[in-house]
This record gives sequence, C-alpha cells and structure tokens, in this order.
Amino acid sequence: MKSKLFDYIDRDNVIYNLSGLTKLICFIAMTFAVMFSYDIRFILCVMALSAVIFAASGLEFRQVRLMAVYVVIFLAINFVLTFLFSPTYGTEIYGTTHEIFRFSKRYVVTQEQLLYQITKVAKYASVVPLGMIFLLTTNPSEFAASINRIGCSYKAAYALSLTLRYFPDTIRDYQDISLAQQSRGLDMSKKEKLGVRIKNMMNICVPLIFSTLDRIEVISNAMDLRGFGKKKKRTWYVAKKLKKQDWLAMILALAVFAASLCMTWFVNQSRFYNPFV
Amino acid sequence: MEGTKRKPIIEFKDFQFHYFSQAEPTLYDINLTIYEGEKVLIVGPSGSGKSTLGNCLNGLIPFAYKGEIQGSLKINGKETRDMNIFQLSKMVGTVLQDSDGQFIGLTVGEDIAFALENDCVGQKEMKETVERVAKMVDMDQLLSSSPFELSGGQKQRVAFAGVMVDDVDILLFDEPLANLDPATGKTAIDLIDQVWKNYNKTVIIVEHRLEDVLYRDVDRIIVVNDGRIAADMSPDELIAANILPKLGIREPLYATALKYAGVQVSADMRPGRLETLDIDRVKDKVRQWAREQKGTAEKRSRPEILRADHLSFQYTKKRKILQDINFVIEAGEMVSIVGTNGAGKSTLAKVICGFVTENQGRILFEGNDLKGKTIKERSQMIGYVMQNPNQMICKPMIYDEVALGLRIRGVPEEEIETKVDKALKICGLSPFKKWPVSALSFGQKKRVTIASMLVLDPKVLILDEPTAGQDYRHYTEIMEFLKSLNSQGVTILMITHDMHLMLEYTPHAIVISGGKKIGDASAAKILTDETITKEANLKITSLYQLAVMCGVADPHGFVQNFINYERGMRKDEKQAV
Repeated sequence: MKSKLFDYIDRDNVIYNLSGLTKLICFIAMTFAVMFSYDIRFILCVMALSAVIFAASGLEFRQVRLMAVYVVIFLAINFVLTFLFSPTYGTEIYGTTHEIFRFSKRYVVTQEQLLYQITKVAKYASVVPLGMIFLLTTNPSEFAASINRIGCSYKAAYALSLTLRYFPDTIRDYQDISLAQQSRGLDMSKKEKLGVRIKNMMNICVPLIFSTLDRIEVISNAMDLRGFGKKKKRTWYVAKKLKKQDWLAMILALAVFAASLCMTWFVNQSRFYNPFV
Repeated sequence: MEGTKRKPIIEFKDFQFHYFSQAEPTLYDINLTIYEGEKVLIVGPSGSGKSTLGNCLNGLIPFAYKGEIQGSLKINGKETRDMNIFQLSKMVGTVLQDSDGQFIGLTVGEDIAFALENDCVGQKEMKETVERVAKMVDMDQLLSSSPFELSGGQKQRVAFAGVMVDDVDILLFDEPLANLDPATGKTAIDLIDQVWKNYNKTVIIVEHRLEDVLYRDVDRIIVVNDGRIAADMSPDELIAANILPKLGIREPLYATALKYAGVQVSADMRPGRLETLDIDRVKDKVRQWAREQKGTAEKRSRPEILRADHLSFQYTKKRKILQDINFVIEAGEMVSIVGTNGAGKSTLAKVICGFVTENQGRILFEGNDLKGKTIKERSQMIGYVMQNPNQMICKPMIYDEVALGLRIRGVPEEEIETKVDKALKICGLSPFKKWPVSALSFGQKKRVTIASMLVLDPKVLILDEPTAGQDYRHYTEIMEFLKSLNSQGVTILMITHDMHLMLEYTPHAIVISGGKKIGDASAAKILTDETITKEANLKITSLYQLAVMCGVADPHGFVQNFINYERGMRKDEKQAV
C-alpha cells in the first residue's frame, strides 16, 4: 500500500532538473510579484508564463485534476462571495462607475467591479499552477534541503521532511485501527448518524495518537544516536548543486518580480491598473 | 581467552543506574569488562535491565532517559558521564530494534547518509562513503528505494549501514531479531558476524532469542537478571551450567532435548552451538530416548468450523495477494498461519474478518457462506486481535474498554456487566476491573484486547503475532493463557513467524508463500520439511538436525515426541503446584 502525499514521478526535463532551492525561490518570487500587482495585463503575462512552465514540466493534467477541481470550486465561491459582500469595491478602487446592469439597489454590476474580480481570480489562477509545479516536480527528499537553504532552521526543515516520511505510515495505522475498531462494531459507514460517526472517529484517534507517540520516541532516539542537532549547520545528501540553468531561472523569476514593482511604481503609480480614467 | 594484552574497550565498575521515574535502581553493582574485538551477547528476561545496560553504552542514558548514575563506566578509557551522546555516538554505533521506526530518510541513500549530514560532510565525500558502506551490507543497488519498498531485513541492513558510516569501534545491536522471520534473522546474524570478522569491530548483541544468535560464534554471553549480572561465561559453559531455564530464558531446543535424554551436558562437549557439539558423546543416549518415546495420541475428528474454498484476493489486477487458498479448520483447533512478510498471511486474516472482500472463492463458517456479511456481523463469530495492543485500546478504563463492543450493540448495562465480568475472569483480569489501562504491562494490555473481543462471544479468535517482542516468560504466559482459552472451546488462529510458538502450541500449521498455500500439516512436519521451510523463510528446527546427526531412525517423529514430552512435563509441574 503506497499512499504517497504527492505523486512524485521522476522525469528528465528542464524543470525537474532544476534544484529544489531554485524552484522554491522562483515560486516565492513569482507569487510575490503576482500578489503585489493588480494589473491584469501583467497578471495575464505571468499566467501565460506559468502555462508554458507547466507544459515544459511534462506534468499531466490527470496528476493535478483533483487539485484543479478544488481550486476552481474555491475560486467560484470566492468570486460570488466577493460580489455579495462588497459589490462596490471596484468602484471604490477605480473611482468611477460604469454600470452594466443592476439586480437591486445594492447589487449593481459595474465594469470596475468586474475588472477587480477578474483580476483577483487571475491572480490565483496564475499562482496555483506554479505551486503545483513546485510540489510535483521536486523530489520530496529535496524539500527540507531547499527550505533550509533559504535560511529556515534545519530542525524545522527536517520536521517537514519527517512528516512526509511518516505520513503514509500514519495513514496505514489509521486504516488498521479503523478496521479493528469496526470489527468491534464501530460503524463508520454512512448508515450511521454523523454525530455517532464523529464519536466513533474519536475511538480511532486515541489509539492512533498513542501509537504515533511510540513512533516519535523511536525516531527521536534514532536521530539522537546519529548525531542530529550536534552542529549549527548540516549538509544534505540530496541537495542539488546550483547549475547555470538554476541561476538563469532565478534571474528570470526575480525579473518578473522586478517587473511587478516597476509596473506599480512607474507605469500605474499604484497597485491597480486603471483603464477607466 | 588467555590474558594476553587484550585492551579493555568497555569497563563498568560498581556501576548502578536509577531511573528518576522508578522507585528502585534498574542496574546494581555492574562490574563488567569487554575487550576490543570481542563479540558479546547480553541476554536476560524483559525488565531485567539488559536494554538499560545497552542504553548506558550508547548514551541514550542519561541523554534521553534521565536518571542517577553511580560508579564508573569507561569507553575507550574515557568516563561516559563526561561525554555527550554525540561524542559517544562516534564510538558506539547502535542499531535499534524497530528497523522501520528508525528509518529516518525518505530513501536508502539519505538514511545511510544521515549521520554524515549531521557532521556537515561535503556532498561528494558523503556520496562516496554512502556507496562504499552500502556495498558492505549489499544495499548499493537500492540507494534510491523508499522504505515502503524494502523488506524488514533490508531495512535492518540500512540501519546497520547508517551506523557503519561513522566508522565506530563498537557496534551495539538491540534485539536485532525481534522483527525478522527466522531465515532473515539467520542472514542478519551472518552479516553481523562478517562485519565483526572483516572489520575488527567490537560487537555487542542484546537479544533474548539465544539459539538464533548462537547460529554464529559468540565469545561470551552475559546474563542479566534483576538488574545484576547473573552469569558471564562462554556459550559452552553457559549451556552446560543450566542457569537459563531458571531465569526464564529459552535455551536452545537441542540442548533441552539433550537434557531430556539424560545427557550430562558439560562444557567440553562444546554444546554452545549444534555445529561444535561432540555428537559421539551424546548420540547413544539420544537414540535410546527416541526409542523409549511412544507415538502420539490418536486424532479426534471434530466438526469443521472454518473453511476456505478456492479463495483468491488481489488489490490490483497485476499482483495477486492470495491465490486459490483452500483449508479446513476444525472447531477447537489451535492453528498457526506462517510465512514471510508480505506472503499474504495478514491479508488472509483480513479476508476472513471481512475487512476486504475476496475476488473469488468462498469462506464458510460452520458450513454457512460468509459472503455479504459485514465486518460487524462477522465479529460475533470471529474476533481479530491486532499485534500491538496500543493500536486497539481506546478507552482509559479497563471496564469501559472491554464493554465497548457490547455498548455499541446496545446491550443493556446489567447484561454487559455479567459478560464483562466473565471475560475479565477468563483473562485473569478480574482484580483489575476498575483499573485504568495505563497501569497495565504490555502482556496485560494484550489480555485486555483479547477480553474485549471475547465479550462478543466469538467462536474463532485470530491473533496477529500474539507474542512479538515478548521474552520467554511473558511468551509462555500469553501462550498458556491462549491454550486455556482454547481448551474452553475457542478455536484459535495465530499469524506468526515464531517457530517455537508453532512447534510448542499449534498442532496444525498452514504455510503461505507468495499468496499460495504451500503447506498444511502438523508444525513438527512443516519444520522438518526442507522445501517448505526454505520457501517460507523458516528454519529447520535444531531438534530435527540433532536427531539426524545422532542417527535417530525417525527424525520427524523425534520432534513430535519432544513436544509431547515437554507438554507432559509442563502438566506435571502444574499438578505439582
């Protein structure tokens, strides 16, 4: 039973061969760039870029289908709720009102609001694929090394790595315990009422926590015995050396970030691009 | 052994250790010297302090487990109390018992490199070292495998390599055989032996499965009991001295057989290992004993309770987990299901309990097809007890835990009390009725889990590795309890790879290998069959080897007679008490 958190399949292409550190830095730089700017032109460019990167990574859509569905649902809800709660935010930002049509006195659809909301959705839609690419093309072993190398404490980074290591074990434990409890009569199927099912779930969690604690004791002893935490720094077996492509990719990502800042300060003089004035 | 200039590497002097969390010290007056290049086995029952002794060497005491140390412990001439766990880990490499739990990295290579990473070794040097050490344990082809793809034996090799990268002088193995099947255990002992010989290490093995460790040479055996050193001698002397049975440690089966045959075992017969034993001096007596034994009692025929009929199961199309399994179990039997890890024995139990559904074939319970019966319905006929009681117990109080299954079924509380009382009584837990679970020992917790299945009144109990990690005394306790349960009419199925258990307690054994049934006979027959034992990663019992070496006419019968004789002795003992 292989229940891996991320379905990592090793491939040989430009994106996969970049070091995890590069991918993390690029991801962060481009995320900040997009989050900072509300310029739809810029965001569409980044979106196009992330589509190109996705294609270059060789990832298949079925690998991300489930995640994509969640993202779409989230964006749709977000879109509707934004309109319900602040239907005039767009007008406030852009300072003009170009009415398209109105539902009621409060709910007026304006071009400004539409632009604002579409920009917002586009921001998410351009960042999420980048996140997926980072997660799915980085060897899980490299995560910890990458996070440590951008300055996070290696102990914290290793905690993440251990979570990845023990996640499948814990899932397996959960399944085993759940089966054993079901054989005593705990009903976890939909036949049972939700309240009872939640209570039954508790009966699985108690043994799960105890067996996880047992595991933690073993692993922390094993780590102590092999010198974990001895020095202020540590090296990483899996860390990839930075190559020319890595530097290029990072420069590109930083350029995107710089472009975002330039657009804000020099072109738009604000975080918003305003076509209405 | 003569006192030429051997250099002491470990020296305990009037050493005493007291856990802060315990009322009494765990180790007293330890005076022990281990010399460079020695291979030493530390044995002792659970709770004797043998693991504590090991933890004092590797620094987990007092680093992770706090307590008070008196006296002195020097390693390489340095007091351990002046060192920290990191300095100690450069001298003593420890391979822990749980080979899965101590696998830290996400791949083999990473795990082996862990200590080097912590030492800030450069990547190039690190990769070279990992490669070299992986070769030593024959894992260099699997450097990028994840722990889920490895067998128990392979994981242990990785753990072994993980401490070898540090080039330590002393290797400490904490119960290396606990989670391995007999054949893999044998390979592990071989590997330890090779490293000991080829690389000149000092090796310390803490283990209670004496016979399996003695498969290869050991210089000295140190017996720990009640926190003190009870014996410190060569294997030959120890077997001859007859100390072990009194302390609740299983001596090698062939040695017990020699004693039953009336042989006066002495150290100069070299009884430490079967290979070194001076057969000529014992064979007449053994042969004579074999002739005196009467054949086994006739077999009663009993009604059938569980039948598997062309049972097949697969998770995915590609790999068949169970293929065309057929067997019949009679009411009141005690059966062991054996086979390697991943052979399909746990899956078989899951299919029987209804956790997963068979793809083909049927399971019949008292002649009725179980198809379509839910887990809950089956649990009233067949109870399933997991290996680790901590994975089953979910209530803080014993009474509530045992009552849980009945409460869920909406049984009235008065009725619950009578049933719980009965189950607790059967399991010898009546005095603890009002106790919290946390106050119990591992074996007692195991009984709680059994009691919580028994309240549902199942006719069949399936136990997964009921005695894993238990020393001989606790093992006997659990097994005698199951035996008594069995004599009250409960049919018992056990998934195990403990050969002693098979031989001693289960007259009927089913062997699974690669998803197929490859053996279905008496345990004595199975453990004397070379083809089956080989295929299922078992070992031929040393009783059989002894019988063959002595030229006994019917070596298969010899094994069965030994078991019968031993059971008879145990009955006599009970009656005497």
